[in-house]
Amino acid sequence: MEVDYSKELTLIEGNSQLSELDRVIALPMDQKPDRLFKIVISITSSMLLIGVVCVGLTFYYGIGMWGNNQPVGWAFGIINFVFWVGIGHAGTLISAILFLLRQKWRTGIARFAEAMTIFAVICAGIFPIIHTGRPWLAGYLIPYPNDHGLWVNFVSPLVWDVFAVSTYFTVSLLFWYIGLIPDFAILRDKTTNKVKKVIYSVFSLGWRHSNRHWQHYEKAYTIFAGLATPLVLSVHTVVSFDFATAVIPGWHTTIFPPYFVAGAIFSGFAMVVTCLLFLRKVFHIEHIITMNHLDNMNKIILVTSLMVSYGYMMEYFMAWYSGNHFEQFVFINRAFGPYAWAYWTMISCNVLLPQLFWIRKIRRSIPIMLFIVIFVNVGMWFERFVIIVTSLHKDFLPSSWRMYTPTLVDLGILMGSFGLFFTLVLLFTRTLPVVSMAELKAVAPGAQPSHHNGVNHD
Amino acid sequence: MTNKLYGLAALFDTPDKIIHSAEAVKTAGYKKFDVNTPYPVHGMDKAMGLKPSTVGFVTLFFGFSAAAFILFFMWWTLAKNYPLVVGGKPYFPLPAFIPITFETTVLIGSLATFFSIIALYFSLPTNSHPLHDSEYMKAVSIDKYGLIIEAEDLLFNKTQTEAFLRSLKPVSIEEIYYPEKVIYPLFAPKFIFFLIIVSIMVSGSTYITLNTLLDITPYGWMSIQDRVNPQTKSEYFSDGFGMRKPVTGTVARGFIPYPYLGQALPKEVLTNPLLPTEDIIALGKKKFNTFCSPCHGYTADGDSRLRGQFPSPPTLHTDKVRNYADGMIYHIITNGQNAMPSYAYQVTREERWAIINYIRVLQRAKNAKPTDLAEIQKESRK
Repeated sequence: MEVDYSKELTLIEGNSQLSELDRVIALPMDQKPDRLFKIVISITSSMLLIGVVCVGLTFYYGIGMWGNNQPVGWAFGIINFVFWVGIGHAGTLISAILFLLRQKWRTGIARFAEAMTIFAVICAGIFPIIHTGRPWLAGYLIPYPNDHGLWVNFVSPLVWDVFAVSTYFTVSLLFWYIGLIPDFAILRDKTTNKVKKVIYSVFSLGWRHSNRHWQHYEKAYTIFAGLATPLVLSVHTVVSFDFATAVIPGWHTTIFPPYFVAGAIFSGFAMVVTCLLFLRKVFHIEHIITMNHLDNMNKIILVTSLMVSYGYMMEYFMAWYSGNHFEQFVFINRAFGPYAWAYWTMISCNVLLPQLFWIRKIRRSIPIMLFIVIFVNVGMWFERFVIIVTSLHKDFLPSSWRMYTPTLVDLGILMGSFGLFFTLVLLFTRTLPVVSMAELKAVAPGAQPSHHNGVNHD
Repeated sequence: MTNKLYGLAALFDTPDKIIHSAEAVKTAGYKKFDVNTPYPVHGMDKAMGLKPSTVGFVTLFFGFSAAAFILFFMWWTLAKNYPLVVGGKPYFPLPAFIPITFETTVLIGSLATFFSIIALYFSLPTNSHPLHDSEYMKAVSIDKYGLIIEAEDLLFNKTQTEAFLRSLKPVSIEEIYYPEKVIYPLFAPKFIFFLIIVSIMVSGSTYITLNTLLDITPYGWMSIQDRVNPQTKSEYFSDGFGMRKPVTGTVARGFIPYPYLGQALPKEVLTNPLLPTEDIIALGKKKFNTFCSPCHGYTADGDSRLRGQFPSPPTLHTDKVRNYADGMIYHIITNGQNAMPSYAYQVTREERWAIINYIRVLQRAKNAKPTDLAEIQKESRK
């Protein structure tokens, strides 16, 4: 299939009657879940349950249930935190940055990607809290006037994290909900079920599709996109500061913020593509989430893969160029030390495999694409493993060197976080419109007045 | 459905028609009209003659206010209220405050934007609006474009407005009436029952949380540990006491025995180890005024401030006391004399010697010689 890139691609293929779009998107919410859904959700909720049991064991017996030791004090807890925050970044990139860049193709995937952001941040937020060992004291992270007369240390990157992640979650949730209000109104007017009607009425807030409202709504949506764009870049920057402000060799580098942000978008897009491949197939919305969407996302994966590769290269260059023995030792140890298998897994998944996306046929082939994006996710998880474990297990003093091995509880909690994420995603596909109906109608052919030539120029 | 008319609503089926109709309604001079479309139609703001949205100013104001507040707050907490040195940096390290300032700006700016558009610009939630549940609303929710002229408009006249709308060639025209007001009584049994259920659930869960959940193992708050607390029983020792008696002959830290304890007039006494320096005299004065002066008086004249509640002691300016060795006064303070109890528990050894030095000062002041005056004048001239 040849595509003429000089023209704007059609965003929706085939039948694009507005009422038909509504019907297709709202269909999963009106049907009883089928067999496949029940099987998949029972698998994911079992994973979630395993995670809950492991977290319970951690709370009851303490943090000793994990493989953490001295000097590897930050292990699975922080690896998983950084991994999940990263996954979330793709959603905000699609919903905010692509909105500001007037990339209309984002419409079909924005709602789902935003939902993924929120679920990923929920998964991420769990880890720093359980990692502290006594999660019921997490309230001390908030600066409130207390009888100890103490305040939090605003100069610490760990406190910045608290502010960054909670702001990110709140703003993502507001942005998502703002987009959902008109859709709730559509569902409210469509439904014949009394209970659903009450629920949709409450969440639609009585939205009337009034143009006097649309006017402020569009403005506010742009403002939200404008605020979320620097926010999403700041969140992973702040996460990278947790490492970069420490003096550990392998962490203490200025390249960390951009390299972390690129990595976050890389892994996030891989996760979005993974989920969308199944979503469009199962819900028969291949004409809304088209091959062009997937092609575009694969290009972004390729670009961010190159950025991440540049980061890996620069770390080695700086280790050599700085002449710092400790820094050089850490990087040689990464590639040829006891954790070399993790390092080479990361390089193969993040640097080598995505290069296949230079080939157009592969960008548009669903099985190969699925294979690559799953391995990109594996690779990005190992990137955080490499950064944290290999830098810590051999630091300055050889007498304190120690190997790290995760325990079953560690692995159970990791599995539980995937269970939580996919359970939430599955419930979302059944309860809310996975594509923004109001936004999609606005970009359908013939949806805008003809003095705009029927094409959506903005 | 009441008889009060809210407005006349017309439906159109293409975006072109709704734009032209909105322009026509604006030109006809109607003010209270609205356009309802399933998505924002481009060019509609201009067709309806709407002013640009001002919501950006709300974001700007709250964003900047939040930034100013959090910067001030971080300065106040870390530099003013509880000054904290972190890594040898100044109390107000601006670069380190940038991330939190930025995050707070975005957070408050977003929350303000969200709540202001919902509550102020949209006046939502309003689920009792007359348009709800009308055929008109259901149509514009999916794929039709609607226009409504409100009955409150000054130009509104039911027949004329309807004729005007018909001239725009709509798909249909609907009359929208205000819904009947439904009043829910406050003391309806259902509501009372709901309140009772809620209060039982809230108080029950609070009780269980505070009295049971917060004491189970992971929440021990470090109060439950493998050790014997003071004043508790122990199964381990045969006498059943958790606390052990010290080994015979054990001496408390810092304990020095006083050899003349209990003797009325010891044959020999200790010598004063302290010199009458300015600091020692000041310490002696402080302790004398605290512990001795209530009975002996500030100048040691025996002028008790206790107004006869306790027998007044003699003056300390007698020849007998003046001729006492320092060690004898120390013995009296430590051992007590006549009605005076021992002050060994109230004043430390060093403080006792300091008090004695101060008593010497008082005694000397009561019996000053003319040469002393000359000495003082010489001192002050220096």
